[in-house]
Amino acid sequence: MAMLSFERKYRVRGGTLIGGDLFDFWVGPFYVGFFGVATIFFSFLGTALILYDASLQGVWNPWRINVAPPDLKYGLGLAPLKEGGIWQVVTVCAIGAFGSWALREVEICRKLGMGYHVPVAFAVAIFAYVTLVVIRPVLLGAWGHGFPYGIWSHLDWVSNIGYQYLHFHYNPAHMIAVSFFFATTFALSLHGALVLSATNPPKGETVKTPDHEDTFFRDLIGYSVGTLGIHRLGLFLALAAGFFSALCIVISGPFWTRGWPEWWNWWLQLPIWK
Amino acid sequence: MQYQNLFTRVQAVGPTHEGVELGPQNSARDIQPFLVHLFGRLGNAQVGPFYLGTLGLISLVTGTLSINIMGFYMLASVGWDPIEFVRQLPWLALEPPSPKYGLHFPPMNEGGWWMFASGLLLVSVLSWWLRTYRRARQLGMGTHIAWAFAAAIWLFLVLGLFRPLLMGSWSEGVPYGIFPHLDWTAAFSLRYGNLFYNPFHALSIVFLYGSTLLFAMHGATILAVTRYGGDREIDQIVDRGTASERAALFWRWTMGWNATMESIHRWAWWFAVLCPLAGGIGILLSGTVVDNWYLWAVKHGVAPSYPAVLGTVVDPATLQGVKP
Repeated sequence: MAMLSFERKYRVRGGTLIGGDLFDFWVGPFYVGFFGVATIFFSFLGTALILYDASLQGVWNPWRINVAPPDLKYGLGLAPLKEGGIWQVVTVCAIGAFGSWALREVEICRKLGMGYHVPVAFAVAIFAYVTLVVIRPVLLGAWGHGFPYGIWSHLDWVSNIGYQYLHFHYNPAHMIAVSFFFATTFALSLHGALVLSATNPPKGETVKTPDHEDTFFRDLIGYSVGTLGIHRLGLFLALAAGFFSALCIVISGPFWTRGWPEWWNWWLQLPIWK
Repeated sequence: MQYQNLFTRVQAVGPTHEGVELGPQNSARDIQPFLVHLFGRLGNAQVGPFYLGTLGLISLVTGTLSINIMGFYMLASVGWDPIEFVRQLPWLALEPPSPKYGLHFPPMNEGGWWMFASGLLLVSVLSWWLRTYRRARQLGMGTHIAWAFAAAIWLFLVLGLFRPLLMGSWSEGVPYGIFPHLDWTAAFSLRYGNLFYNPFHALSIVFLYGSTLLFAMHGATILAVTRYGGDREIDQIVDRGTASERAALFWRWTMGWNATMESIHRWAWWFAVLCPLAGGIGILLSGTVVDNWYLWAVKHGVAPSYPAVLGTVVDPATLQGVKP
């Protein structure tokens, strides 16, 4: 059985949000639940549609499979299945699958008596995705402003949208988002390395304590955020990266239509320079 | 909300901690420790002590000198007008030498100051690396932070030293300045046929986003089990408690498998380290081995070749080179 030695006592009934005991069971290591069934439904349908679209185009090179959104002429209406309608249904499936997955995490948190940090963090990522394929297209008035589903095609989309605003690095929210991504990766390397360095000391040394961890960072930079604080900080940095990513794309188009370098003129024209 | 442990609600204030005792070859610590209440809301309230030492002194002095060269060069470039300096600061730059100087030392105002600032920055970074190594060893700890830092130094060296040497010109270096370094990045991508088609750039981004995903997952998981003492990770590693068990089972039930309290930190270390490591390889290959990443991707059958709707486009790589 796919059960860890200590697992049985944790496998309790209850904590479900919907469906009562109906799907309250495990398959192998996986918890199912109502939202597990919903996740399977949405992800199977979505994947099947992506493969159907690939078969329509006869493209089976995984790098080049591309499910494109509808033409702009369809506006916010439904497009024919073969002209972007598949993209629309895949988008619904993706949101359904991500949302179900998050709610399934909530049920698992309730079973294990844990806080809701993981599903809330995941919700920020879902929000960023929904911003790209729903909120921004709705603000711009056409589903065609969503990004295509494909490995290279989504990169081409990012590249093209970036140059549409001349130079996306000048987008202030993009600057903040990238800084948060770098800061998160930097902080993660420090945290991972610090814990490993305390628990994997040189030969002959005993395992070190949180006092050693704090002392190391105080010696190095004068401050140690601590074992609890680093997880708050890491979660904040990561979620801020996702949030500002969503912000930087939703302001591009709906709120600013020119090149981003030009946006900075307000700074040069402040009255304080006179 | 109050049970999610997002902030420390009640701070226990006791005597400050002077730090683990150091061996005889160390100098004394500086800065009398003090408490900052607001810091205590998020993490530890205590600030200090701080260990300076010879390496720290070298690093801070050379680093400050380097940044001052950049700053005064920018100030000079606006005619020593402090108001214009602040106004134009995001646009100001200390640029590397022009291509005509190749690997020779240029006149001071044509890149010489860039060379000096870069050299001092290198000394500062390398002595800080030695410091991370030595501080860990003096406390009897592993040197994982130093080696993670070395991965970032690799990218720094590729950008400012290895690639300019291979290309035969210091002009390949990155300018110092807020917008100028962003311009350099965009121009670099365009010059080499869009860096999105560079597989090492793609890997680097995967590890950048992957690190952010991992820290969101890890930070959230630990915070969710702090009520069981999950933030005491070292204790949980050497003597597994219910916090570790619940954290592990959460992911096992969610996605079918789980890391352990120790292995999640190995995942974290590798994801973070591979980001600059892969990125450095991608930069080093651009211009030295591969001239156009888009054409490279088409040639290897991963990227589609698009119809030539704009007529014949001449590959810029065939028109210009870095040689004087």
